[in-house]
Amino acid sequence: MSTATPTARRRRGRLDSSLVVGIALVVVIAIGAVLVATVGRNFFSPGNIRDILTGMSVLGFVAIGQTLVVLCASLDLSVLYVISLSSLIAADLMAGNPANIPLALAASLGVAGLIGLANGLIVTKLKVNGFIATLGTGLIIKGFLDSNYKGTSGDVPMEFRLIGATGLGPVPVSTILMLAVAVLVWLFLSRTRTGHHIYAVGGNEQVARLSGIRTARPVIVAHVLCSMSAALAGLLLASRSGVGNPTFGAQGGYDLLSIAAVVLGGTLLLGGRGSVWGTIGGVAIFAVVDNVMSVMQVNPFLKDVVRGIVIVAAVAVYASRSVERRRPRFDGGGAPPPAPSPATAEPAASAEPASAEGGVR
Amino acid sequence: MTAATELRPSAGQRLAGLARTLISPRGAVFLLLVLLLVAIAVLNPSFAEPSQFIRFIQRVAPVAIVAIGQYFVIVGGEFDLSMGSVVTAQVVIAGNLIGQDESKALPVLALMLGFGAVIGLVNGLIVSFLKVPSFIVTLGMMLALLGAVLYWTGGAATGNPADGFREIGRGGIRGIPVIDILPWSVVILVVVLALAVWFARRPFGRTIIALGDNPTTARFSGTRSWWVKTSTFMISSLSATVAGVLLVGYAGVHPSVGRGYEFTAITAVVLGGVVLGGGRGWVVAAAAGAFALEALFTLLNFAGVPSTYRDAVQGAIIILAVAYSATTFRARRRGRALEAPVVPPPGAPPPAAAPETSPASGAKTDDSPETPATPAPIPSTQRADNETKGGS
Repeated sequence: MSTATPTARRRRGRLDSSLVVGIALVVVIAIGAVLVATVGRNFFSPGNIRDILTGMSVLGFVAIGQTLVVLCASLDLSVLYVISLSSLIAADLMAGNPANIPLALAASLGVAGLIGLANGLIVTKLKVNGFIATLGTGLIIKGFLDSNYKGTSGDVPMEFRLIGATGLGPVPVSTILMLAVAVLVWLFLSRTRTGHHIYAVGGNEQVARLSGIRTARPVIVAHVLCSMSAALAGLLLASRSGVGNPTFGAQGGYDLLSIAAVVLGGTLLLGGRGSVWGTIGGVAIFAVVDNVMSVMQVNPFLKDVVRGIVIVAAVAVYASRSVERRRPRFDGGGAPPPAPSPATAEPAASAEPASAEGGVR
Repeated sequence: MTAATELRPSAGQRLAGLARTLISPRGAVFLLLVLLLVAIAVLNPSFAEPSQFIRFIQRVAPVAIVAIGQYFVIVGGEFDLSMGSVVTAQVVIAGNLIGQDESKALPVLALMLGFGAVIGLVNGLIVSFLKVPSFIVTLGMMLALLGAVLYWTGGAATGNPADGFREIGRGGIRGIPVIDILPWSVVILVVVLALAVWFARRPFGRTIIALGDNPTTARFSGTRSWWVKTSTFMISSLSATVAGVLLVGYAGVHPSVGRGYEFTAITAVVLGGVVLGGGRGWVVAAAAGAFALEALFTLLNFAGVPSTYRDAVQGAIIILAVAYSATTFRARRRGRALEAPVVPPPGAPPPAAAPETSPASGAKTDDSPETPATPAPIPSTQRADNETKGGS
């Protein structure tokens, strides 16, 4: 199998799904602008745009990392507690002294990286499903947090707080940083070998392995990067509030929301398809919906109802397309398309144990 | 690896010899459960008394029932994250609508069952016809339902159903010789479990497993996938409803009752050796998973572990248990699956020989033009999806 054709096809698919997400975003913005106008406010005022972009940044960091993991056909439910943990580590180490900032950043990113490494190793070496593995590590971190921190802790110096507070015009610095990370991850996915391998392993682990890819490494790298970007979200929250807090993650419900944003961005939960820009689009949709609801002063409990409906409806709009797009890649590999008759289905079923057996390592 | 596979048969000899047909290859959960129960009994001998033990079963009943419902969804290849919210919603509905009026109990119970069925129907139809991943659908349902319930109650505890209704969750048949009291929850759990086992053995139940194992072959063999899938979601929502009815009596009415049940249920099911991604697992093992999880909590309590470390220990145990069954039992299952179609004697060659031989033979069938194995690519890639997604 040549590498050129799948790359070309994937690039086309990526453009496709990003485009659909973009259209969905434009529709959401249009509806939001109209709704906001009905209560006599301007959706496009600089203040409102700043609010939306600010709302995007934290979830954006988490969702960018989550994209990498989902592309590998895994999940990361531990981000919730990684966020809280990194905010606490950073705030405690800074202790109000600007000189400690580099150390604090290195420590919290390092710890997050180690957690990601543990996740990746559990998923790849112990063969534990990503859902369960990260649920487990998340619970372990939660136990650590609950036992060692009673409440907010640490003190973030003013220099670091500026990151969360300042902006260039209507664009907050935090959002610029988030977009910079998105560019880096995009370059990583589209330009590096490991990035390509992430798509390959997520699309079909067996095929990837038979093509000579060491399937464990991309998954581990994705988990490490995911935890580190969750740590960035934690750092940002710490810089905004000035302290570390063991409930930062749980307050935002970032584990499930980030997965929802990733799927909203057109990335397949089964892995192998998707892009960072789609995810950013998904995060933007969330931010716009949230913003419109807070401008219109919707009851906070009703917000969840609307959020749930928006998630399902938005994914429903283009989900059937994604499912359709998945097919051609498999019979495009050289095998003729199947004839769906019972007679031919039978050998297929009997061929299955052989392929399952190939999975024994 | 080889050492492990050689050890396996000798260590598990007694287990396999006793009930090879009854206990699935993934019987690890029963072993775990027995170990935990013995450990609890050693730490706290009174736990082994029948009356105490039946209390334990009563406490587990709601979790086990939710796990049984989740089992059908997971074995069919999907997720149901909305169960916790369904439990909460049902608890709040019971609290608000029944009130102190005993005569309303039955109509409201019917309403709750209907409501549960409708939630499952909506989940299933969206998954089947709008092709939205079940993870997202049920996540949306979870947010929407919880938000609606909290909006309705204003976020605070309201209502308190009549005692007659709460009796289902907390009362029981009194005056029984050995166990003193037979709680209704235990009776309901036994009935639900029996129904589930019966249902799983019927053709329809087997179709669910077939669909979870390989949707393409299930479709080729004439399954109405949408109906099978939708019914699994209805089963899970209905089981959440039953758990809600029990919890009203046991825990009272509060919007936080049922929170986190979806993850507990999934954990229990996976602990029971059911593969995420579908197609593998036994419903009794899923219920045993719930018991093992709850026994673990009880053990941690008796062992005096600070409550804050409970989560950490739970996380570690989940990972270890799943890793254990994923690495050893999977190898064994594969080995056994081979016995039927191919020849090799159990144990000796498969682990070493398999990786080299099977890709080669797979490539060969692709090359040879006249073999009728042309549709092989799709089912085998689907299989691969199951492996990567559900490699628990």
